[in-house]
Amino acid sequence: MVNSRLIALIRKEFIQIRRDPRTLALIIVIPIMQLFLLGYAATNDVRNVPLAVLDQDRSSAARRLLDAYRAADYFRITHAVSSERQLRDLIDRGVVRAGLIIPPNYGEKVHSGKPASVAFVLDGSDPTVASTALSAAQLIGQAHATAILAERAQRQGFGSNLDSALEVRTQVWYNPDLISAYFMIPGVIGMILYALTSILTATAIVRERERGTIEQLIVTPIRPIELVVGKLFPYVVLAIINAIEVLVLGAWWFDVPVRGNLGLILALSGLFLLSSLGIGLFGSTIANTQQEAMLTVWMTLLPSIFLSGFFFPLEAMPKVLQWISYIFPLRYYLVIIRTLLLKGGGVSALWEQILALTLFGVVIMGAAARRFRKRLD
Amino acid sequence: MDEVIRVEGLTKRFGDFTAVDQVSFTVQRGEVIGYLGPNGSGKTTTIRMLLGLLLPSEGKAWVLGYDIWRQSEAIRRQCGYMSQKFSLYHDLTVEENLRFYGGVYGVGEEIQIQATLERVGLAAQRQTMVSALATGWKQRLALAIAIVHRPQLLFLDEPTSGVDPTARRAFWDLIYELVHEGVTALVTTHYMDEAEYCGKVGVMRDGKLLALDTPEQLKKQVLRGLAYDLFATPLIEALSFLEASPLPLRVGLSGDHLRVILPKEVEPSCLLAELQQAGYGEARIEPVEASLEDVFLALSGK
Repeated sequence: MVNSRLIALIRKEFIQIRRDPRTLALIIVIPIMQLFLLGYAATNDVRNVPLAVLDQDRSSAARRLLDAYRAADYFRITHAVSSERQLRDLIDRGVVRAGLIIPPNYGEKVHSGKPASVAFVLDGSDPTVASTALSAAQLIGQAHATAILAERAQRQGFGSNLDSALEVRTQVWYNPDLISAYFMIPGVIGMILYALTSILTATAIVRERERGTIEQLIVTPIRPIELVVGKLFPYVVLAIINAIEVLVLGAWWFDVPVRGNLGLILALSGLFLLSSLGIGLFGSTIANTQQEAMLTVWMTLLPSIFLSGFFFPLEAMPKVLQWISYIFPLRYYLVIIRTLLLKGGGVSALWEQILALTLFGVVIMGAAARRFRKRLD
Repeated sequence: MDEVIRVEGLTKRFGDFTAVDQVSFTVQRGEVIGYLGPNGSGKTTTIRMLLGLLLPSEGKAWVLGYDIWRQSEAIRRQCGYMSQKFSLYHDLTVEENLRFYGGVYGVGEEIQIQATLERVGLAAQRQTMVSALATGWKQRLALAIAIVHRPQLLFLDEPTSGVDPTARRAFWDLIYELVHEGVTALVTTHYMDEAEYCGKVGVMRDGKLLALDTPEQLKKQVLRGLAYDLFATPLIEALSFLEASPLPLRVGLSGDHLRVILPKEVEPSCLLAELQQAGYGEARIEPVEASLEDVFLALSGK
């Protein structure tokens, strides 16, 4: 039943939120900032790696090889150099990330059917870029080699139907263009829901204690459950607004697909909020000042982000960290939200995550509620 | 039921520190009890235990017939509480604060909210943000919050600290208005003059309730004599001389003179004679009305 105590408390919270336009603006703007930051900046996509070319051969065969590199958008040929020293200098200064060296007899060897070789130099200081560039360089080279072989065979009269014996036809599902934003934006939704609700609820409750108003609240007939629900409700509303905000922006600006059922997305996001609100509430019961509350929640936030598979795949982590990751609810939610947005699966594919989140939410809420007593000591 | 509070052996310890030590007293309906004592003497802790904000370490107490150990929710519904810190929301207006607390007490009618504002004289400031209010007005709003649900019993914890004397006077007038309507009030203070307004005064020190009675009874019982102002030069030497003398029950420095308590049977002229013999020729003694300060000093100084 809706009762007057609860309504009075919720109304008061909303007035207070409205009276603090700066915080409100931050709550609205931070998700947008994070979305754009992570949507654009935190990208593993390797495109347009600057490449310097040392062409000592200058044959038509060498030019065709360069065309092959130019055609793939992994590399951008920015410099043509005349010595290895120049090449090294460009890489040292970070002007280019890679160099292609074509030796003097390249054209001749290709022409005469002997094995030809070129050298590809890579700046490995950023392993992510380097590993992608490396495989791209190899792929381009192999494809070109196949083309040369085919041509040669044709010239020698083996006919035109000489495709390679094995072709691996790759097919990438759910995110065929491997766009990082598709992976990041569902993560941003999870992180925002988690960070905002847990920090805001913890500080909102501790603020009452800091200002001494909790004492006055305790002597009123308000029940602990009403106090908790009344304090949390406005922040649940804000969190849902944030989630919708990020979802809409992600779908509209970054073209992130929303393949799953919208109702299910909202329902499971609500389930996840149970955990983040619980953590906020629990934090408020152990902190005495807003700063302490903020730091307490922060302490859970960083490991949550790193051990949830937000940036780094969990499968690549040491076993111990993988085990630890099971205690962070964000981990489960990220699976849920990525699945629902990109794959569009249903409850049947997610029941393990749903179970884990329910369990975590009930336990943390129960523990927080047990600690949340209407008393000062 | 005329007994609204009964306290028996109430004790609260925080670790090794005993904040309230075996306190017992009773309060009758319609009384105004002044709880007098310096900061840290256990007044606030006693009130917090009566309202269920703190659990006692031992002892029993009943408020409005309800047991404080088990029925604090029932107690809270019928009591008003004004804490030392005036628990107000600074980012809400006067009216919004009162409406919120009213709502939490189940007082939904706007008429009662406005009537309470009128009663404490805050009607003109109803739209003012609390952060912009002077301390005297904050104090009135805190009282309004304590009485918005028309409680039978009021606990006011240092309601007048930090407020100017005029505002303090006006505040006590308000309390007496409420008491005339049948409310019982327990008010803590460290102002001696305020305690004089109270029907009964309890004196607390170091967690112990040293005495609880009407101001007249306290003066009679505790002082067991009459009070005099004594002027003599040099003052400090006269003080040490009198402290050594067997005649006075108590001697103390009081501004530019000494406050002396003499047993009823001792004539003040005897003391004067003694002083003159000792060479304090200029000495002069005047009978005065004993104050609660005398009582307090007598109780705490032995």
